[in-house]
Amino acid sequence: MIFLNHIYLIPLLPAFGAAVMFFFGRRLQKSSVSAICVGVVVLAFLMACGCVLQYTTWAAAHDHQPYEKIVYTWLGTDTGHTTYTTYSGSPATFRADAGFLLDPLSAIWLLFVTGVGMLIHIYSIGYMGHEGGYYRFFGYLNLFMFSMLTLVLANNYVLLFVGWEGVGLCSYLLIGFYFHRKSASDAANKAFLVNRIGDAGFILGMFFVAWICGSFRFVDVTAAARSGQFHIGDPLITAATLLLFVGACGKSAQLPLYVWLPDAMEGPTPVSALIHAATMVTAGVYMVARSNALFVLAPTSMLVVAIVGALTAIFAASIGLVQNDIKRVLAYSTVSQLGYMFLALGVGAFAAGVFHVFTHAFFKALLFLGAGSVIHAMSGEQDMRNMGALSGKIPTTFHTMFIATWAITGLPLMAGFFSKDEILWQAWKFNHYLWAIGFITALMTSFYMFRLIYLTFWSPSRVTSHEIEHHIHESPKSMTVPLVILAFFSITAGYLGVSESMGGSNRFGKFLEPVFANPVVAETTPATEEGSKGTEWLLMLLSVAAAGAGWYMASRAYANAGKGYVEPIDAAAPPVYDVLLNKYYVDEGYDYVFTGRRKVGDVRLGVMGLGEASSWFDANIVDGAVNAAGWITRLTATISKWWDTWIIDGIGVNGPAILARMLSYPARLFEWGLVQWYALVMTAGLAGLLFYYVYH
Amino acid sequence: MDAMLHISTLHYLVLSAALFLLGVIGVLTRRNVIIVLMSIELILNAVNLNLVALSHYWQGMSPRLGGGFGDVHGLHGQVFAIFIITDAAAEAAVGLGILIAFFRNKETVNVDEVNLLKW
Repeated sequence: MIFLNHIYLIPLLPAFGAAVMFFFGRRLQKSSVSAICVGVVVLAFLMACGCVLQYTTWAAAHDHQPYEKIVYTWLGTDTGHTTYTTYSGSPATFRADAGFLLDPLSAIWLLFVTGVGMLIHIYSIGYMGHEGGYYRFFGYLNLFMFSMLTLVLANNYVLLFVGWEGVGLCSYLLIGFYFHRKSASDAANKAFLVNRIGDAGFILGMFFVAWICGSFRFVDVTAAARSGQFHIGDPLITAATLLLFVGACGKSAQLPLYVWLPDAMEGPTPVSALIHAATMVTAGVYMVARSNALFVLAPTSMLVVAIVGALTAIFAASIGLVQNDIKRVLAYSTVSQLGYMFLALGVGAFAAGVFHVFTHAFFKALLFLGAGSVIHAMSGEQDMRNMGALSGKIPTTFHTMFIATWAITGLPLMAGFFSKDEILWQAWKFNHYLWAIGFITALMTSFYMFRLIYLTFWSPSRVTSHEIEHHIHESPKSMTVPLVILAFFSITAGYLGVSESMGGSNRFGKFLEPVFANPVVAETTPATEEGSKGTEWLLMLLSVAAAGAGWYMASRAYANAGKGYVEPIDAAAPPVYDVLLNKYYVDEGYDYVFTGRRKVGDVRLGVMGLGEASSWFDANIVDGAVNAAGWITRLTATISKWWDTWIIDGIGVNGPAILARMLSYPARLFEWGLVQWYALVMTAGLAGLLFYYVYH
Repeated sequence: MDAMLHISTLHYLVLSAALFLLGVIGVLTRRNVIIVLMSIELILNAVNLNLVALSHYWQGMSPRLGGGFGDVHGLHGQVFAIFIITDAAAEAAVGLGILIAFFRNKETVNVDEVNLLKW
């Protein structure tokens, strides 16, 4: 139990690495930076392995309960000052612990986040070796690992949100790693802002959950949701889950918030592999899977998740068909695969979705790292139109990437075959249209992935300069070894979840059963009719055929693509090609509708235009009315003052005074102010009177 | 000789009238308030002299002829003079007090500059 008891060390180890880089990184040698930052992640990985091992034995003895380790109460108290009333009227306490939850779901994320993270850290030693800001890069990576592990291990929504925001911040920092390049800092801002929209939804959803269930803790929420006190289709739960799904859309790049992910490829390639393919973007899937007990109570939300997932899958795949930047192809592929995962969640096949996350983490990380290795070999060239014939020059990269391509397209015997077929099978059982979308997406996936392989490795060389041609070299060991390890897992990860119809035991699904088993839904809805094995095999053959067809079409189109080759879609339907190449003009559309970058004359369009119009209305009409009222008041006041001054005071009050003054003027003449004159007059008067009386 | 040596009531009255005239002329002509006050003293003292002299004159005469009234034997005039002396002292004190207050405001003691109450 030593590992389980100290599970909090798993996130804290990378946090320590990040702190060291923050305070001392500038003064450290590159070798020390690598040792510390990679070392802590390796330790975290070993720790995670130990924890999961111990958990499996612990769970066997404890009825497969989730293991919770609460370190301390982080928000709220037991003093009763932070209580509120839930929707149903029962009292609840606002409380969030710094607590860690280990159950099969978080165990899976824990393992592949630390595992893939460790490999990508090792890879970065080679990839970033010549770059400036080495310690900064590794510090951010470690900070990311800390946030992601907090997200995965959190035992409540609030702490999960801390990790959620932390990975968003690290994503921002790492996309903008080359911040002196404007496109990179723009992309970083875009990612951050688009994620904010999702986060707003998540926060609202989180508080809805607390309002409905009276707790942020996953175990409490799950228990409440499965207690049978809510009826299926409860509008409040539908609202809560839809809001949570908005958050998932932002983080996991689903329609309509996916726009940040392709631009996020401005970051260094290991970042694209770690954050924008393997781990962070699956946080949305994790959160929805974590809230599965709520989602199954809201069929509307489930349908929305499934439809958005399916549409995102086909939408992104179609854009990926014609992109020329090797990393952008992979970015759209990631969006598309995330769509698959949400499709699986939406049709209720949580285990299948999680399984695809798991396999996708390996092969997509491998594809990105391989792409990074190609870019490394090509001296920074990312445009596939300027590549070709690299298979012999960088064989390790080629072979591992070929395995990953095999895996993602769903060709047999590799990881993606098992996980993707499981999803398509579950989609078929749910709704044939959703299956059809997934099927066409599988065809597109195969086409664009083999297009990537052909243009990069097999077609004739289109390298632009001899200098680059001469410089092409296989990457160092620190880069190729992770590729090989990831390739190994891209082959083997799928065998954990071989479905029963194929003779496997679906150990992956069984492992996750304690998380997703839901007594409420099992009781209230009749178990889905088990499709016949025959249908399942038929669908499997169909999707393998689709993958093969994609490969065949790609080979027809690109096997001999020399300089100035023509895209088949461009040749067949130029307008379609234009639309796809410009990503359905979604960014432009957003510019028109949301960002306010477009103007007609002086009038801004879209929401910002509406804002400006409102602002103008406020400044001119509303304030104008206010000012008019002010002016009228002032005018009447002026008239009133004039009346008061000249009529009331002037004629009424001062008039009699002036009149009195004028009339009294003669009287005033006697009063000239010299006292002695008065005395003289008095004396003379007295003398006069005296004379009068004496001589009268 | 007798007529020369004897100072009659008339002498007092003449002196009193002279003092009174001096006082009136002083009050009417001098600008300095202190001298005006001194002149008022002259007027008051002329009156005093008049009172005392006539009081003395009337003494011993029968009341029928205007002599002493009742039991006091014609000392009214002299008592009056005492009152006026007291009154003059009070008047001088008040007058000088006003004068000092006035001087603090106007920095002058000239009576023709005291015209604040003029319309």
